[in-house]
Amino acid sequence: MADTPIRTVPSPGLWRRARSLPLVPIGVLLTVFIIPAFFAEWIAPHDPYVPNLKARLQPPVFFGGTWEFAMGTDRLGRDILSRILHGAWYVLAVSMIGIAVGVVVGTTLGLVAGYVRGWFDGLVMRLVDISLALPAMLLALALAAALGASFLSVVIVVGFALWAYFARQVRAEVLLLRKSDFVARSLVAGSSHARILFRHILPNVTNTIVVLATLQVGIAIMLDASLSFLGIGIPRPTPTWGLLVSDGRDFIATDWWISFFPGLAILLTVLSANMLGDWLRDRLDPRQRQI
Amino acid sequence: MAEAPLLEVTDLKVEISTKAASFFPVNGHSFTVRAGETLGIVGESGSGKSMTAMSLARLLPKHAAHIRSGSVKLDGRELLTLSEPEMRRVRGKEIAMILQDPQTSLNPVFTVGEQISEALRLHAPGPRRTLRERAIDALRKVKVAAPEHRVDAYPSELSGGMRQRVVGAIAISCQPKIIIADEPTTSLDVTVQAQYLRLLREMQDETGMAILFITHDFGIVANLCHRIAVMYFGRIVESGPVDKIFARPAHPYTEALIAALPKLRGQQGRLRTITGQPPVPTDQIAGCPFAPRCEYADARCRSELPPSVDADSAGDHSASCWKVDR
Amino acid sequence: MLRFLSLRLASSLFALLIITLIVFLLSHLSGSPVDALLPDDASQEQIDAFVRDWGLDKPLWRQYLTFLGNALQGDFGTSLKWPGEDAMGFVLDRMPATLNLGGLAILISVVIALPLGVAAAVYKSSPIDSGAQIFALLGQSMPNFWLGIILIWVFSVWLGWLPTSGMGTIAHAVLPAIAIAWFQISALARLTRSAMLEVLDAEYIKLARVKGVPEWKVVWKHALRNAAVVPLTYFGILAASILTGSVVIETVYSWPGMGWVAIEAIRGRDFPVVQAVIIAYAVIYMISTLVVDLLYVLVDPRIRHG
Repeated sequence: MADTPIRTVPSPGLWRRARSLPLVPIGVLLTVFIIPAFFAEWIAPHDPYVPNLKARLQPPVFFGGTWEFAMGTDRLGRDILSRILHGAWYVLAVSMIGIAVGVVVGTTLGLVAGYVRGWFDGLVMRLVDISLALPAMLLALALAAALGASFLSVVIVVGFALWAYFARQVRAEVLLLRKSDFVARSLVAGSSHARILFRHILPNVTNTIVVLATLQVGIAIMLDASLSFLGIGIPRPTPTWGLLVSDGRDFIATDWWISFFPGLAILLTVLSANMLGDWLRDRLDPRQRQI
Repeated sequence: MAEAPLLEVTDLKVEISTKAASFFPVNGHSFTVRAGETLGIVGESGSGKSMTAMSLARLLPKHAAHIRSGSVKLDGRELLTLSEPEMRRVRGKEIAMILQDPQTSLNPVFTVGEQISEALRLHAPGPRRTLRERAIDALRKVKVAAPEHRVDAYPSELSGGMRQRVVGAIAISCQPKIIIADEPTTSLDVTVQAQYLRLLREMQDETGMAILFITHDFGIVANLCHRIAVMYFGRIVESGPVDKIFARPAHPYTEALIAALPKLRGQQGRLRTITGQPPVPTDQIAGCPFAPRCEYADARCRSELPPSVDADSAGDHSASCWKVDR
Repeated sequence: MLRFLSLRLASSLFALLIITLIVFLLSHLSGSPVDALLPDDASQEQIDAFVRDWGLDKPLWRQYLTFLGNALQGDFGTSLKWPGEDAMGFVLDRMPATLNLGGLAILISVVIALPLGVAAAVYKSSPIDSGAQIFALLGQSMPNFWLGIILIWVFSVWLGWLPTSGMGTIAHAVLPAIAIAWFQISALARLTRSAMLEVLDAEYIKLARVKGVPEWKVVWKHALRNAAVVPLTYFGILAASILTGSVVIETVYSWPGMGWVAIEAIRGRDFPVVQAVIIAYAVIYMISTLVVDLLYVLVDPRIRHG
């Protein structure tokens, strides 16, 4: 008993799984995006809205500035870092709700279209084609012109830009699933169509939806940022990241930091979201690797 | 016998080295092909026969496979030391190749004529019109019906047998000294296969080129080849004239292969098969690689690699076996 | 093949119809189109004339038909922000600027992405390959408007090589075109790489080498011609994304094209011009996807005969 060697090495499978987690993207996503989104109130060193004319156009630390305003200040003396931290919440909200709209609309239409087939399927697929063919920017322009830009209009645009991907993919999987044994068994057992769809088929397509949704996070954030940059996103004074970049556009020659850091936040967030999405896709759904 | 061989391969060794392992799929070959002769290289898959073909044209997969030693002489000229541009002038012009799969060995986006005249343009340039004429000529030689019409066809418009003929036309278009045909008929059905083999023989009669015919099918070589080299585990274990090998196989492996052929005439006995699995190229074997499957093997066979010895007094039939005189 | 093309044409026209419907409905969504389409200080006579012209006293579907009829003749009303300008005419005036910029962007992306993708495939797992992949990842994650600003900062402000904004010489177009092309380069390079990897293993590539074709020709003629079909299918998306990019980048560089007009019109609540821009964009987009379909057929004989 005493000379049995004690194994301290954890089982290799578990260790490898833990190590293969994309820690860097997850870490970046947490520090740049998620933690600020929920805790900006407490971690931001300054108020993001109130002008401080005494501290106008302070350069960032290491570029002649101080730790007081680590990323410098804008024309009105507002702390860039605090504005970025507070902006994270809106970026997160728009992209998440937008994706949620896309997921709900796309999945429902895809599920039903794939299950009932017939004219409804034809109609949905035509709409999918059109929606994939239309640059989302066109709808954004039209919406902004008609209704004025608002949180709602941005969410609609994001949802519109994404729903078709979900509808197409879900429908394709439903077409395969509805032929499978367990659907036939449930039908024989007297399950209703709704029950089959939502209790039996839906759980089988969740992997696909999760992977697709993760891959869309980058697209959603980018779309939101472009809209706010153009002034057709969430209106001022909300410090969304695209708006922050556009604030510094005319001052790039002298006060580069106003645009630089918000853009960097977008880049890092989208980059890590994309890496995470790629990783998840390879993990959960090897079939989609080609997409 | 007095004339010098057209192709002379001596002690050819090819090494494949990957991160996982390194081994010799071709392990010390020597063989010759004379002008106008057909040599059949026969072996099971994995015996190294395709690797031999690709190394003669020096087209082994980059990075993975390397020729480690030996010499390949064509008409007395050493090929292994040629520069890449010099070698390119040999490929297609002096050595032509016919690859395995006619379905995929033609480029789908170019017409048949473009693919034939590309070889011509590289090795025997001429004006566009003549190139086209010569492409049509080459198609005519491989018995493609309506060559003036087919020359403008895309591969997707042709049948499998027709495509294989086009591949043949590309091969003969520059009048090579030797054609290496690597299992050219495996993917064709039997009747097309027979037609194709007849065609190869006719082309040979007409042009006097040599053919190196690589196959796993002992039945084909009997009708087509003058001489045979049998490969096993990266080595040639027996070589000699076709009739001698069929009449008196000197190596037990050859003997077993011939015994495994279905007989058309004579007694309808049970087909004999070779027991055991062929070794995989990464295996390390001390003695004769066939020993584990050989019914004559003894202790020496399992411990010492047999050298190549003459099987009879004529000097054109040899085998690598301790039991040649069994 | 004709059937394929006419099918594509029909579906493009259908999509265009849907867009006109969306635009039409949106102009009603904001309340009366009178508010959206006429200046705030319009007189009663102006309003009456407008109601008559656009059939606003008729049912909605009649109104749509009127709108569609006018749209077919290129009549979207007159601009509110640029008084006296015909909305569509004004947009069409700006169209060449956008097309030039988009064309240059496509040129840049193809000229960079194709060799990059090919090199990454030919030298798979080499530093070139990993470099290209990092570049692709960065390209897909970088906001183009930010890149545009950074490019101005580096090349115009620091180095002083190129003008910061506006239109004029070719030098003015270089930075905006790069900013638009950036995203496409990474997407195209990635597609080209994976398509080339597949093709380079093909038997006909081996046959080309066997014929004695020089390696560069094997890669650039035999392999690329086959692999090109895959990136080409992406060109439809490319066109869309370049149009979208042009809206953003024209604003960054004050490039007076359609995108710039669109944003200015929205800021000035100039709905006639916005409508005209959207339809013009949609038409450009539909035409470019049709051209892609045609190219596709030209490149791949299998489709031509299939």
